[in-house]
Amino acid sequence: MDIAFVSQIVVSGLILAVIYALVAVGFTLFVGVFNVLNFSHGDVLMFGAFAGFTAFLPLAGLGVTSPFLQLVLVTIASVTCTIALGLIVARFFILPLKGAPLLNTLLITLMLATVIREGVRLFYPRGSNPKSFPALLPTDFVSIGAINVRVDTIMLIFAGLAIIVATGALIERTRFGLAIRAVAQDEETARCMGVNYRLVVLGAFALGSGLAACAAMINGLYYNEVNYSMGLMLAIIGFCSAIIGGLGNIAGAILGAFIFAGLQIVGSLFMPFSSAYSDVFAFAVILVLIALKPTGLIGERVSERV
Amino acid sequence: MGGHHGNNDKNGERNMLKISGIWLGAVGVLGLALAAPSEGWAKDQVRLAYIGPLTGPLSSVGIGARNSIELAVRQRNADPDATYEYVLEAFDDECKADVGLRVATRAAADDGIVVGFPHYCSAVAIGAVGTYNRFELPVVLWGAVLPDITYGNDYKEIHRVNGTMINQNEHAANFVVDQGYQTWAIIHDTTDYGRAHNEYFSRFLTEAGGEIVGTFGVTADQQDFSSELAQIASLRPDVLYFGGQAQLGVRIRAQMERLGVTAQFQGTSGILSDAYLEGLPPALSEGTLAFLEGAPVDQLPGGAAFVAAYQEAGFGEPFEAYGPFAYSAASLAIDLIEEVGPDRIALRDALNGVSGYDSAIGEITFDESGQNTVAVISTYVVQDGQWTVWEDSDYASGLRSLRQPN
Repeated sequence: MDIAFVSQIVVSGLILAVIYALVAVGFTLFVGVFNVLNFSHGDVLMFGAFAGFTAFLPLAGLGVTSPFLQLVLVTIASVTCTIALGLIVARFFILPLKGAPLLNTLLITLMLATVIREGVRLFYPRGSNPKSFPALLPTDFVSIGAINVRVDTIMLIFAGLAIIVATGALIERTRFGLAIRAVAQDEETARCMGVNYRLVVLGAFALGSGLAACAAMINGLYYNEVNYSMGLMLAIIGFCSAIIGGLGNIAGAILGAFIFAGLQIVGSLFMPFSSAYSDVFAFAVILVLIALKPTGLIGERVSERV
Repeated sequence: MGGHHGNNDKNGERNMLKISGIWLGAVGVLGLALAAPSEGWAKDQVRLAYIGPLTGPLSSVGIGARNSIELAVRQRNADPDATYEYVLEAFDDECKADVGLRVATRAAADDGIVVGFPHYCSAVAIGAVGTYNRFELPVVLWGAVLPDITYGNDYKEIHRVNGTMINQNEHAANFVVDQGYQTWAIIHDTTDYGRAHNEYFSRFLTEAGGEIVGTFGVTADQQDFSSELAQIASLRPDVLYFGGQAQLGVRIRAQMERLGVTAQFQGTSGILSDAYLEGLPPALSEGTLAFLEGAPVDQLPGGAAFVAAYQEAGFGEPFEAYGPFAYSAASLAIDLIEEVGPDRIALRDALNGVSGYDSAIGEITFDESGQNTVAVISTYVVQDGQWTVWEDSDYASGLRSLRQPN
């Protein structure tokens, strides 16, 4: 098999893994602190992509022509809007359902996802059409041996990995992270120890939504296209990744994301002329993995509580 | 007593005669009023159905078609000589086969609806034609291009004003071979629509002397094409042919550069839409080729009038590639209803006899399968962010050039 071809597929797989991981960490955070399967997460991500795209439109007219400055402003707009939407979802639709059956919150978040998705499609100007997301990073190619990769692809992979590492550090080494872990492990005891439960839940939703915005930015900058339905598949894959690793476990979610992207690569490489089935292959293997390890590869925090 | 009775009887008779006279007079006036048509008198309503995508990723094309049919209806309703008042009802098939079948059944089962103008998506249309036949609802398709919709059955209710993908792909294959290209890679979506495009294009391309170096089926909602494009990059074709709709076309075209695919990009009528132009920066969409049945709308006398009327009507959305076809389908059906009356069977038979009807897309003649025998296929190329008729473009005049063969 051609090394250039294999390396190209691997690089693309790494980008996918980073995007999936950022989405999966959000899912696992929500389960960890509130025991909720938030299926609006993918469409919150899509909202972030559209927020970034919209923020870009007037920049040239306002005299902001530096790609770096444009990137910073677009990212700030995307992250801010996504966190705001994530907080609205958490405050008004998820927190009030504390104690409600899991099925109710699941339905609420599924309906929210539809409202956000259809809202963008109907009310964003010509929202059903795909939008051309700007290329704000260098588009030159670099050659490393037989491998020929675009600079922005490498930058996006490293940026994504840096965000994942920073999130891990935030959870493991800060007081906020400690509070999240405490609530995830035992909500009642955490409350008794003085942890502001509502604030921690809202903080976790803000963090998860912020990570979704980062995934949206990487997705937009890599594919140079955003569309109103982009969140649907990302939510399914992100959720699957979180499940494989073990719901409620951040390292597990990241591992799950890399496994899913790896399966897609394997599917593409070994089914070269029927790559339409690479997703079928990946999901089929996930089914087997879940059947073999129902609580995830690393172990599920929810199960630890029981 | 008897005299009193007699007076009462006479008075009663007189009253009865008076009342009868008033009744007869009223009925007579009413009869005369009904018999003599008057401008102020309400016309009988005739209901028509649009059935196509109004939501979902392909809704822009569907909304353009719905508006175009609405324009035909408004124009006829504004005509004082029209016998009927036309009312358009819109059904959203979402370009999904199951939803399409449901709304097709709803429209067909409604006896008040006389004719339908259904479907942009071939996968929806092919599943719904049996329903129109069962309920004897005559329909005139304006967008779906799968040949089997008209040629795969003997339903007398099914008519189509746009051409099929057979004509389109034959023209497309000959056109690109004439440009000097020799090798092709093909990506098609795995719906009936994409598969059939692949089948016909591959057949005509091979006949024309082109070589296909790789064919890739992709799902209609696929986001990432890294593996397909990385393989195509190593196959180094002259042209990448895409058989599918605009949304997928945008993604593939946007990802080609990153994966190092420098081939000429060629699509079908499925990407001939504003959605394709909006989803790509002009530098990437520039030079993309696509093909559409019929002569360019603004180059036909009726077409230019349609474009002007559409702009004047103030619709918020463009009529898109298939608006003129939808407008022509509606104008044709309305003209025939004026002739034969709002009766499904009579209209069906009248449609089957259509020959040489002058419309916004040129002459319409239905063959024995209800298929308009469209002779002309137009080539379009993206120039400066706009779909431009090939003959009018800088590419045809030699000022610009398509991607060179490897």
